[in-house]
Amino acid sequence: MTAMHTKTIAQLSAALHRGEVSSVELTTLFLERIKAHNPTLNCFITMTEAQALAAAAAADRRLKAGDGAPLTGVPIAHKDIFCTAGVKTTCASKMLDNFIAPYESTCTAKFIEAGAVMLGKTNMDEFAMGSSNETSYYGAVKNPWDLERVPGGSSGGSVSAVAARLAPAATGTDTGGSIRQPAALCGLTGLKPTYGRVSRFGMIAFASSLDQAGPITYSAEDAALLMNVMAGFDERDSTSVDCEVPDYSANLDNSIEGLKIGLPKEYFDGGLDDRVARVIDAAVKEYEALGAVVKEISLSNTALAVPTYYVVAPAECSTNLSRFDGVRFGHRCDDPQDLFDLYTRSRGEGFGAEVKRRIMIGTYVLSAGYYDAYYLKAQKIRRLISDDFRTAFETVDVIMGPTAPTTAFKLGEKADDPVTMYLSDIYTIAVNMAGLPAASIPAGFADGLPVGLQLIGNYFDESRLLNVAHKYQQATDWHLQVPTAFK
Amino acid sequence: MEWEIVIGLEIHAQLATKSKIFSGASTAYGAPPNTQACAVDLGLPGVLPVLNKEAVRMAAKFGLAVGARVSPHSVFARKNYFYPDLPKGYQISQFELPVVEGGQLEIQVEGETARVIGITRAHLEEDAGKSLHEDFHGSTGIDLNRAGTPLLEIVSEPDMRSAKEAVAYMKKIHSLVQYLEICDGNMQEGSFRCDANVSIRPKGHEALGTRSELKNLNSFRFVERAINIEVERQIDVIEGGGKVVQETRLYDSDKDETRSMRSKEEAFDYRYFPDPDLLPLELDEAYIEAVRKTLPELPDEKKARFISELGLAEYEAGVLTASRELADYFEVAARIAGDDAKRTANWVMGDLLGALNKAGKEIGESPVSAALLGGMLQRINDNTISGKIAKQVFECMWNGEGDADTVIEQKGLKQVTDGGAIEKIIDEIIANNPQQLDQYRAGKDKLFGFFVGQVMKETQGKANPAQVNQLLKQKLA
Repeated sequence: MTAMHTKTIAQLSAALHRGEVSSVELTTLFLERIKAHNPTLNCFITMTEAQALAAAAAADRRLKAGDGAPLTGVPIAHKDIFCTAGVKTTCASKMLDNFIAPYESTCTAKFIEAGAVMLGKTNMDEFAMGSSNETSYYGAVKNPWDLERVPGGSSGGSVSAVAARLAPAATGTDTGGSIRQPAALCGLTGLKPTYGRVSRFGMIAFASSLDQAGPITYSAEDAALLMNVMAGFDERDSTSVDCEVPDYSANLDNSIEGLKIGLPKEYFDGGLDDRVARVIDAAVKEYEALGAVVKEISLSNTALAVPTYYVVAPAECSTNLSRFDGVRFGHRCDDPQDLFDLYTRSRGEGFGAEVKRRIMIGTYVLSAGYYDAYYLKAQKIRRLISDDFRTAFETVDVIMGPTAPTTAFKLGEKADDPVTMYLSDIYTIAVNMAGLPAASIPAGFADGLPVGLQLIGNYFDESRLLNVAHKYQQATDWHLQVPTAFK
Repeated sequence: MEWEIVIGLEIHAQLATKSKIFSGASTAYGAPPNTQACAVDLGLPGVLPVLNKEAVRMAAKFGLAVGARVSPHSVFARKNYFYPDLPKGYQISQFELPVVEGGQLEIQVEGETARVIGITRAHLEEDAGKSLHEDFHGSTGIDLNRAGTPLLEIVSEPDMRSAKEAVAYMKKIHSLVQYLEICDGNMQEGSFRCDANVSIRPKGHEALGTRSELKNLNSFRFVERAINIEVERQIDVIEGGGKVVQETRLYDSDKDETRSMRSKEEAFDYRYFPDPDLLPLELDEAYIEAVRKTLPELPDEKKARFISELGLAEYEAGVLTASRELADYFEVAARIAGDDAKRTANWVMGDLLGALNKAGKEIGESPVSAALLGGMLQRINDNTISGKIAKQVFECMWNGEGDADTVIEQKGLKQVTDGGAIEKIIDEIIANNPQQLDQYRAGKDKLFGFFVGQVMKETQGKANPAQVNQLLKQKLA
């Protein structure tokens, strides 16, 4: 049992299949670690101890019977945005503090089928709106590398839990960088798949045309194992894509000799922290040493990505969140006087400030007289952003750059300045606008804080991204670093 | 001043699919509240809509039947507004790009020339649930069984010029959707309802007057009534020096008046935008052609055929093709009856519809099926019974006493065609009525009827009338 908590999923899976450790033992270990450290980190909203132990016992029987899948018996955590049958699903909002989902999301159902054990539901920015995990109704989450700093967001609870080794992997969702940016800030591997690759059914919607679930792990090898479970067409999600799911573990070791890497010049300009830039430069050099060829490219509409995103995402969220009206489920105000009072007080009390801000922006940009100037224009720019990538992928295999402009910032540092906060997603947002897959992998440290390298791939090219990430992780050990307090 | 009335209708036809437009829940009517609302219909967090292909097929069928363009690319949009029976806070509808665009329909008001009414568009959308204000002691109950039921909203051009034309158009659409088997047409259950846009303008003027929208008219009678009342109201307003304001008005059938629901200023900004949960609906030519092949014979085609092939008059053909059920009934009965479709038409339109009307029944509930009626008509055609006896047979069949042959057999109603037997009866009657015989022979021709009557009385109406006439003429000569 020594240091089982620092093992990768690949290692845990092997140990479970060899009978070196049982799922109940592993699950107990992680549950104990959660109990010990969650009061400090606040990365879990709900712990599902009893269910986890029951699932672990079932997984052990399955393993014993020789019927185990790669993830059978492996404990993982789910972002509290996935509906989980019979378990509180809050989206970190007071609005859903009393909501117990009556059904299972496709994504979590696939993990149940694979025999993975859910430890609990992780904290997040309210309705996934935020880049620091400070908008949660359940309070801010701490970064295990520095407890005074944010873990990033919105999947802040998931990354904090995995970085502190309270769970060997977690799911996240990424609408504008919500997997990659926190993975970068906490020194983890995070993958946002191509839009449509993972079913959105049962995942509480923030911005439907941008949301995509993905894995948060130590290594690319682990991310591949999770992707093998998560990916696939779902007839209950009309936007999921019906195309073949490869074995993501199959091509990890492929040579990257001659790999063409594009570095967008717009990702290395004034807004980028020098210390972060140095780490990224070093990582790129490492790739050159591995045989890759690097060239500069241009994604000329990069500067438009953030403003465009803050039209499209709020527009969609303003109507996605209309269903939270106090009528059928969720928070309802006390003693409503009439219908209007029921609506305004239930929503006024149930939603936090950032959610309200985005609902208001979204309502405004969809309003008669403003629609053409904002929403329609944003959709046009979105096409231009996609075209930039399309052109780039005609000459390169993978695009690389920083995941975030800075390392983890201090709690409260940007909380009162939404625009500065929004700019922390400047390198990740365009990827969601285009629907492309992208990963963030640990590439080193700046002043003791992790720095993430972003890898952007062509549509449905997750296999290559994982291969490219894996080769780097074979040559480096940034992804295996554990924050001192959680070793 | 002489006013011209301008009317456009928005008809909501509930599509007869088994499941809802974006979920697998049943659309059956009348279940206990909220038992047919699944997680998608309830708008629970995280659920997603999946389009019902059958609803699309039905919409395409309608488009082709009215000569419209079935769009190769249409888009679902969210119509945003808050209401307790609208679970998601938005209705999924089609806005800028509907599935059906630009069709037309010919209507005919009795005694007037036929007119062509333009159909602007028809689009797919989901229905909302129902708010129940009774039995909840100051609160409101919500039943979401109807939420997500597929609707086809059929929008006409402002081409109608009277309430009667509006009703004729609505009836024609009502009949058409049933012919196409895409809507059950049940107005009591709300499967077919309409809103009317009504305005007036001085006769001869081009510019349209300000319109009001009359909501939720769920019977033909209410449509006619509501429009006429609204037109009178608008004339009064204008002639009284006022101005008609653009607004939504509700027709109250109890008070027989329309009253304002909300004005243009109070109108919602629905913030329509393409629903990101649904891909654009793409229909290729092969699909549209495949749907075209499933189109049944349409009312106008059927009517023309009844006239040309079966020799019916325009009016008869019109009545019999008004609904598919009636047309089907007639055709089955006529086929079984064998020859003389006109006789079948008379029976269906006369005795059958009369009896149904008296009993307050629809054609589908007729105790005398098309097969029964056809069987009886066959017996008239082959001279087994006379038309007069048939009335008696029809009544027996209506009362459930079996088919025509059974009734004829049991009641001994078979026509007497045995010449010898009739002759014998005639001889007896002549012998018993010497006085009448003398008078007849002296030139009182009218007494011929007396003898016919006597024979019929003696045979209880079963003698073949033609035969009786012929034999009597010989004997009395």
